[in-house]
Amino acid sequence: MRTLTDAWGWLTDPAHWSGDDGIAHRLLQHLVLTVVCLAVSCLVALPIALVLGHLGKGGALAVNISNVGRAVPTFAVLVLLLLTPVGRWGEGPTVVALVLFAVPPLLTNAYVGMREVDRSTVQAARGMGMTGRQTLLHVELPLSLPMVLNGVRIAAVQLVATATIAALAGGGGLGRIITAGFNLASTPQVVAGAVLVAAFALVVEGAFEIAERLSPRRARGGAR
Amino acid sequence: MTAPPDDCLARNEWICGAYLSTRRHILWDAVLQHLRLTGLSVLVGLALAVPLAVLARRWSWAAGPVLAVTTVLYTIPSLAMFSLLLPVYGLSATLVVAGLVLYSLTLLVRNILAGLRAVPEETRQAARGMGYGPVRLLLTVELPLALPAAMAGVRIATVSAVSLVTIGAIVGFGGLGNLIYAGMNTYFKAQVLTASVLCVVIAVLADLLLLVLQRLLTPWTRAGGT
Repeated sequence: MRTLTDAWGWLTDPAHWSGDDGIAHRLLQHLVLTVVCLAVSCLVALPIALVLGHLGKGGALAVNISNVGRAVPTFAVLVLLLLTPVGRWGEGPTVVALVLFAVPPLLTNAYVGMREVDRSTVQAARGMGMTGRQTLLHVELPLSLPMVLNGVRIAAVQLVATATIAALAGGGGLGRIITAGFNLASTPQVVAGAVLVAAFALVVEGAFEIAERLSPRRARGGAR
Repeated sequence: MTAPPDDCLARNEWICGAYLSTRRHILWDAVLQHLRLTGLSVLVGLALAVPLAVLARRWSWAAGPVLAVTTVLYTIPSLAMFSLLLPVYGLSATLVVAGLVLYSLTLLVRNILAGLRAVPEETRQAARGMGYGPVRLLLTVELPLALPAAMAGVRIATVSAVSLVTIGAIVGFGGLGNLIYAGMNTYFKAQVLTASVLCVVIAVLADLLLLVLQRLLTPWTRAGGT
């Protein structure tokens, strides 16, 4: 109980919120890293997954890449990148690792979603004279949207977690509060940082949960 | 005066045979610690997940909260999870195991529950008709039939645990993660690469081993299907 009140005290101390090491700055760093890397990963993964899913090719790759991603430790990749020339670009290793770990769930979910679209619907679209591109954009994509969004959600949660681990390898973000706490042997700071990270992750998950609740309506609206 | 040795260790190369031969014992100890932490956490996770899944199956009102709590636990990033447990366990191997158990719970409970739910109602009724009591029904009919789905969960949980153990380096109990952490601070390329590769090798081998175990435990799935 002592530790919890101490952690609360640490969190509510205004001195810990300002400055380059302050909570506000770390929170912003974490948010920017997550959003930017999510956008980049989506731009990389979604077009590939949608086209592969539309063509029905490369399925083994798209499905297995998630399993490979799970077996490779995030921390190891971060440190390996840090020791390569990428390590010299400041946040370079963090960004590359974040994107690498966000791509597999995006790819797998979008691909599976595309393949799960009812084949007879796709044939009906072809029968109506739709081109491949039209089928992809107006039939398959809207129908697979829930699955694609699920992938985006998993990727976002993964990004928040990876951005935290990046602090172990010298990256920015909320994880830095935890690692700094460990270096100072300050349990209240470690716990306060952990609470912040956990809250951040749960808020992201919650935001997607709400978006998903609203999405069936949007998916139908998007099928114009 | 002796000249400084000019081997791959001195040149700090990524791949280094001399590293493997001179640091064999350190690597072996780290691998053993890695295996112990992973194995222990998956076993404890299973010991908790099976009753939870059975309860959630028996009383459907329990399923929602059980799944919700384990999903929330799974959302919390690993570094934060270990840090949150710090006041409870201190800097110890127990802390790492406790964190990993909480992670494996989500995967295990969800898969075991899905397996139990997939047992056909006719099968259950047939067993009941043959005079099976609830305990015997669970142990000799439902759980064996849920085994393939449960094993899928165990495999995912084990592979994830192997990779997450490395984060335990923050408290000094990270198996191969300790070597990666130390190697990062000293820019020791051979150590970081060797430990990382070993992590992936352990994950792949564990996955294969569990796959073989699953085949041995469920001979009926092969007799009918493939």
